[in-house]
This record gives sequence, structure tokens and C-alpha cells, in this order.
Amino acid sequence: MGGNYRYIGKQMPRMDAGAIVTGSALYLDDLKFQNLLHGKVLRSPYAHALITQVDKSKAEALPGVAAVLTWQDIPEWMGGTPRRLRVLDRKVRYVGDAVALVAAETEEIAEEALDLIDVEYEVLQPVLDIDSALKPGAPLVHEEYPGNIIPGGTKLLGPKCLKGLCTGDVAKGFSDADVIAEGTFGYENIPNALPAESVGAVAAWEDPDKVTVWGTSQAPYMDKVILSHVFNRAVQVRCIGSHVGGSFGTKITCWQIQTYAVLLSKATGRPVKVWLTKEEHLAAFTLRIGSRIQARVGMKNDGTITAIQGTWYVDSGYYSLTTQTQVAVGLGELMIMTQCPNWDLKTMIVATNRTASGCTRGFGGQELECSFMPLLSLAMEKAGLDPFEVLKKNYVRPGGGYFWRDGEWYQYGGIDFSKAMDAGAKQFGWKEKWKGWLTPSAVNGSKRRGIGVGVHGNADVGEDAAEAYVQLRHDGTATIFLCVAEHGTGQKSNYAKLVAEVLQIAPDRISMTPADSLVTPFEFGPVGSRGTYAIGSAVIAAAEAAKRKLFSLAAPKLGVDPGELETADGVVFARAHPEKSLKWRALGSDRTILGSGRFEPDFSLCNCLMSFVEVEVDTETGKVTLVRLVLATDVGQIMDPPGLEGQLNGCLGAAGVDSATFEETILSRSSGHILNANMIDYKWRTFAELPVIERVVLETPMPTHRFHGVGVGEVATSPGPSAVLMAVSNAVGTWLHEYPVTPARVLQALGKVAGGKGGGAR
Amino acid sequence: MATSQANRSTVQADRVRRVGFTVNGQYHQFVVGSGPNEVSPSHTLSWTLRNSLGLMGTKVSCDMGACGCCTVISDGKAVLSCKVLTVECDGKTIITIEGLKDRKTGALDPLQQAFIDHTAFQCGYCTPGMIMTARAFLNENPRPTEEEIKEALSGNFCRCISHYQVIRAIMSVAEKGQ
Repeated sequence: MGGNYRYIGKQMPRMDAGAIVTGSALYLDDLKFQNLLHGKVLRSPYAHALITQVDKSKAEALPGVAAVLTWQDIPEWMGGTPRRLRVLDRKVRYVGDAVALVAAETEEIAEEALDLIDVEYEVLQPVLDIDSALKPGAPLVHEEYPGNIIPGGTKLLGPKCLKGLCTGDVAKGFSDADVIAEGTFGYENIPNALPAESVGAVAAWEDPDKVTVWGTSQAPYMDKVILSHVFNRAVQVRCIGSHVGGSFGTKITCWQIQTYAVLLSKATGRPVKVWLTKEEHLAAFTLRIGSRIQARVGMKNDGTITAIQGTWYVDSGYYSLTTQTQVAVGLGELMIMTQCPNWDLKTMIVATNRTASGCTRGFGGQELECSFMPLLSLAMEKAGLDPFEVLKKNYVRPGGGYFWRDGEWYQYGGIDFSKAMDAGAKQFGWKEKWKGWLTPSAVNGSKRRGIGVGVHGNADVGEDAAEAYVQLRHDGTATIFLCVAEHGTGQKSNYAKLVAEVLQIAPDRISMTPADSLVTPFEFGPVGSRGTYAIGSAVIAAAEAAKRKLFSLAAPKLGVDPGELETADGVVFARAHPEKSLKWRALGSDRTILGSGRFEPDFSLCNCLMSFVEVEVDTETGKVTLVRLVLATDVGQIMDPPGLEGQLNGCLGAAGVDSATFEETILSRSSGHILNANMIDYKWRTFAELPVIERVVLETPMPTHRFHGVGVGEVATSPGPSAVLMAVSNAVGTWLHEYPVTPARVLQALGKVAGGKGGGAR
Repeated sequence: MATSQANRSTVQADRVRRVGFTVNGQYHQFVVGSGPNEVSPSHTLSWTLRNSLGLMGTKVSCDMGACGCCTVISDGKAVLSCKVLTVECDGKTIITIEGLKDRKTGALDPLQQAFIDHTAFQCGYCTPGMIMTARAFLNENPRPTEEEIKEALSGNFCRCISHYQVIRAIMSVAEKGQ
């Protein structure tokens, strides 16, 4: 299947492949800057405290120190949502919160200076989880938010921003139900997406009001937009991206680190680099939101979901830029996978004294689904239904629809994904292996196998505006002006492919500007799964616009109407009379042709990924081994086969499937310290323990994309964790409802060790 | 700082301590000390490669020996350059990702070409470490099994999950005994 294209869908080396394998690809930490100072952050040892006094005189006196800044030294710059969080404040709100900033000639001197800053604190009682934060009379993380409840909604998504799902008649829905399940379920192990490259920024201030910021984000234009707001729109901001050493969403929320560099550069008049150590990356950068749902669900015996009612609690950490957006998108994603007519699902964003939450692959939807699926599983078990059939039945299909993040209802305009789900089930052998709820699919001595399934989709494929320019030159080459930093998906090479296809020139004739907000038009950035449809469509539109200009210039010279022209390999020719032709070169070396393209958001489409998993549980040790995954999707048109494979294989890492078995950030619930803030104690999957991954990818043309594709990268992680929980429960024969299913939790479920809290955040 | 003479060892004269080693075929000698262009006793090899020699292909991720990103080849063995002190490298022969190409022809190492052909990377940050680990391993064991490759690379972190494509790339080289 798939279209018959010259470049699209063909495997070819990534544009940056040679640079990556020879070590010449430059990431932020590899760039050289003249006259550079190094910035370091003094961090709070307390989860919640007031700074009563700071003496920075000894630090300032240390030779090589250029600036020491505290909350008293900086402008009234604020960020987050609502935009009320000071960059440095008199109050610290998590272990690791910024107390002071130092710029010095070397990193070593900056570190030494941190030790010379004397700080006195008035220590306050912290609230370290949802329960303690919501207790009446609990200490307030922010004085302006009573009850530690952060306001929902964000201006970014408009006045009707989705804050809950309330539609239909829930009472009637429950009265129509044959079974009702209820309870409280969470996904609160706050895993870290943990890209290999840390997070950092270099800022170069120019008086009186200009700054250039080199960042680690894949979306430099959005850095510019976010920082402009932080600086009260009084600073002209230019942002430049480099190669990004993995992001998984996280690096679009670097505004605090960038602001530290800007403040220090402004104070010293020199460029300043702030680069987080791995410990800071793990303990003082953003994490996934914590998610907990207290709800009930009604279902008919045929698998029709009749009502959902309850509250989704979101632990946002001490603050966040993105939680309100994640809540809005997450609700929409739940509706895509659960076509239910009657909803009363409220949300509550809770502030706690731990590191901030931020954007992470899965972006609200994964967190909500991981909490919701255990509840839905109880209903399916009560009704004695096969989960594959129920998930397939309730997934959005033509005729259905959903509320999306802006609070509007969208009639679904995409394809029916059930064909892909069926193909995945067949590949997995679902029907042969499924033996019923809480029943292993196979038993071999002390080893028991179990299977599980999950599904996820996201209408973010067409989210947010995208803009690009394409410039043609007389020598038969083209340049794409686009503010996208390559962060591993290979999308930059795919954009060259798209332009190559439109202009019918080889991709190696196409180059791309650096991701520099001074050079390129607006671009929201490669986040979610919007790269193929949203960004790709803007690039295609720019190439088409350039081609139209080319034809209008060539038409009079050839004596034909522009509409009769085609181009290939740097030659324009009349479709019906190919002998009437003109090389691009003939248009003159003193001319370039610029086309501009824009994509307007379109939420009428979504993607879909169904994950089938098989686990083996050792009932002696409690160890869970992920044996095999089958990932089923329909992408309309594959752009780049190895790139797609990489995105789908990525389901394991980046706080994805493995957050069900061993990935967790262990937060001390007494002191607020993160106890595993290094790459030995934070567990990650190694080469030695790879499961089998099989991919079933259909190509049913999508209606709106020029080449009929849709992105699927982001959601690869999302349906996996709950499917693993289901599989382990089936293998063990009793419910396991807490992530991750550590050996301690499995042995506890088997009655082999005593109860109490095992694993997870504690 | 750099000289073209190879195989020199430490010279101690006038109580100045020096450390000398070969990187990608070129001999470098440093004074041990705390001044500019000197090697501090606390400098790691990864620090020296990146900051003194400008070899930015060696990536530092965890900086504590957990992730394998900074792997280089020292006297034929894969080592974590963040866990080796530069002053320990006297007399060593070190190869970094920049030194894998054939110096005369400029041809890529077969492993580098295989990583391109199999798109055996996503963000690419762990890739130099993966290639150096695999190169040292294949030099010792040119025709390994897939299981042996997995074991050899078990200390290399990759968050994008390029593992499957990496294994295919290495196997394609191993099958040719390269």
C-alpha cells in the first residue's frame, strides 16, 4: 500500500547521518563562544522554606566570579501557567529550587562560589503528595492558590479551554449500564523521560533590550515566544537551536534555565552558559505530571460504555508551564479512545513541593489513560468481555467525535482504525492467547505468562499553526526556512523529502536553514505527533507556492499558461508538450524565488496506536519480563520506513512502557529529596534485556494531507504501561494497580511477602 | 601543546610534570598543572578531549560511568573517558569517533557506514559511544553472535531506543568479519 512516490516512503540516509556517525554533529554543549562565562545555580536543600537572609559577599569576592544574583537582584520576570511564578523568589518550593545564580570564568570557580553563599532559611512544612496538599489547612505552596489548587485552563487554548468533560446524562448512562466499576487509580511514579543530552542554554545580552539564546529545545521559535512573555514583552528575543540529544517533549519547557543564562548575561555583559549536571537533570528539571483518577464507569454487556463520572487529580509539582494544556489534551485523548455519550469528569490541578511537571511524551493523555485503564478493566472483567474487542468498539470512527483542547466539539474526519487493530491482534495471536481475565495465557513451573492490550490516539496531529518558506535558486537547488531543531525523529530529512517530491528534485539538492527565529517564520515546533501533518503541510504549501511563482515566471518565456506547466530535475516543461522546456537556470542567477506556506490547526483527525504486550512473571522472584510487543497503527502513508520504526521502537524508553515495570523517580515523602537522581539508581533498559517488538503498519490514505500521511511518533509510548499492568494481573491471577509492578509488588500480590508500600514514590 | 613526534613518554625536567599520549594518530603533550592549556590532575580524559583538543564527537551524558556515551578506545580497549583521568593516559594510544575514518582515504569505518545504512540512531547523542564500543568489541571478536553484541553494548544508554537498528548495523558488519 501507500502512494507511488519518487522519494516519499523510500529509505534514504538521513541528511545528518554522516555528521552523527563521525562525531561532527554539533549539540549545544559542543558549540564554542568567545568570552564565555559559566553559570551555576545554588539550589535549596529544603522542599519548602522562606529565604530570610542571603550573604553573597564572600562569593562575590572570589576571583573569577562575575556575578551573583538572588531574588532581590532581578527584574519582575515571571513564567509558568498562570504566569505568576518568579524566576527567583523569596520562597523555595522544592528540594533543588533556585536560590541564587552565579556566573564565573570557569565551572569550577562558579561551583566554589556557590559554597560561599550563606543562606538562612525559615523551613516550612512541605506537602509532598496530592493527599497532603489537599488536606484542610495544609501549608500552601503558593499563597495565591488556596487549597493548593492551581487554576485550570490556559489563555493559550482560548476562553473555552477544556477543563473537564461534561456532556449527556450521566444518571441515565449509569441506569442503562449492566455493570458499574469504581475506584481510585493512579500513575504517580513520575518517571523522567531522561534524554541522553542534558538541558542547558547560552545567552548573550545586548543593551538595552536584546538577547540571543542558544538552547537545547527542538522548538526554538516557541522558546522565543515563551521568553518574550517572561520578559514582559520588553526584550527582543532571538532563539537558535542546534542538534538536540533527545527531548521526548521535555526540552520545550527550558524557560527557567534559559532565563538564568539571560539574567547572568544581562548582569555581566558577557555570554553565559548554564548547563545542568545529570543530577540536576534528574532532580531539578521537569517530570511527568502525577495522575490519579477517582471515578466510576458504566458498561453494557456488549461493551458499550454508557457513563463516566469522577475527578482526575493532577499532581503538577510546585508549578508548571504546561499542565493545563496537558489536562485539556488528555481529556480529549480519553474521549477519542472512549466513545461514551455521558460524561461528568472533573479535573483538579494540585501543587506539591516537588520539582515542576512539564511537557513529556504522552502529554496528559498517557497519564490519564494509565490511570483510567485499570478502572475500565474492572468493568470489562465484570461484564466478562475481551478487552481487545471493547477497546476496538469504543475507539473513535467516522461518525464519531470528541471535545478537543479548545472546548469545541470536533466531528471526526479520519479513517476507521479497526482494520489496523484487527491486523495487530492477528499478528500477536490475541484470540489464541486470551484465556479470560486474571487468567495466565501459559504456565511453565514458576513462570507465568499474561497478555494485555491498550490503545491510544491523539488529535494533536494537526495542532497549532506552522509556517515555512521554500526558496528556489537558479542552480536547481532549494532551501527550506523552518524553525525546527533535529531531535531524533529525522523529520528534517522528511521535510526535504516532501519538498523533493513537490519540486521533483533530489533531496540532496535541498538544504535547510539553521533553526533560528531571526531567519525563519513562526513554527510551534516538532512536538506531539504534529511533525508530519501540521509542519509537513506548511512545508509542502511553501514548496507549492514557490513552484507557482516559478511557473508564472517561466510561462511567458514558453508561451503557455502557467497551469499547463510541470517541473522535474530543475527543468520546467509544458505537460502536453514536453519539448517546450526551460531550465531553472534560464531564469537567471540574479534571482531567487520564495514561496511561503502556512498550516492552520485542524483537530478533525487523530492517529491511533494499539499495543499488545506479553509478559512473563517469575512467581519465585516477582520479576516481570516484557517478552513481546506488537504495535499496530495506520499512518496513511509512510514517509521514512526506518524513522517510523525508530519512533515505534521508542515506546520502551522516554518514560514509556518501562514506566510500568521499573522506571520511577523515587521521591522521599518525608524530606522531598529525589533519591535516585543518577543514572545508576534511575533504572533504564539495556541492550541485554530487549523484548521482541513487531510493528504492523497499514497505509490507508488520510484525507487531508497532500501525501495522505499522519504522524504517530508521540503516542508510541502511551498505550503500553496500562497494557503491561493488565498483562501482569492476568499472569499473576490478581489485580495489580500500582505502577511500576516491581518484584516487591508482585510478591505482595501473590501473598508471598507482607503488605505495605513497595516501590513507587514514597 | 601538540607535536608530531610519536611514542614519547613522560618527560620530567625542572620539576615540570608532563603527560603525553596519542589521539587519532597525533601525539599531544601537556604540562600537568592548573594554568591555561595545562592538564589538571582532576581532569578526565573526556574533559581534555573536548576542552583541550576540541574533539566534540565524544559526548558526555551522565559523567559518572553509567551510560557509555563518552566511550573511546584506549590501547585497543573501550574505556569510559569520563572515568579515566587524563594524567593516567601517559603513553596511551587513544582513538575517538573522529579518528575512525581511514586517515589516508577518508573512507568511513565499515561500522560508521553500517550505522548510516541502517539508520542506527535517532537523536545521535549516544551514537559515538555505541560505535566506539562496538568497534573495540569487533576488533576482539569479529564474528560475534547477536547475544554477544547485546552483552557488549549493555553499558550503552540510548533513550530513543535505537537498539534494534544498532544491532542490525553491527551484525551486518560482523557477518563480513570487518
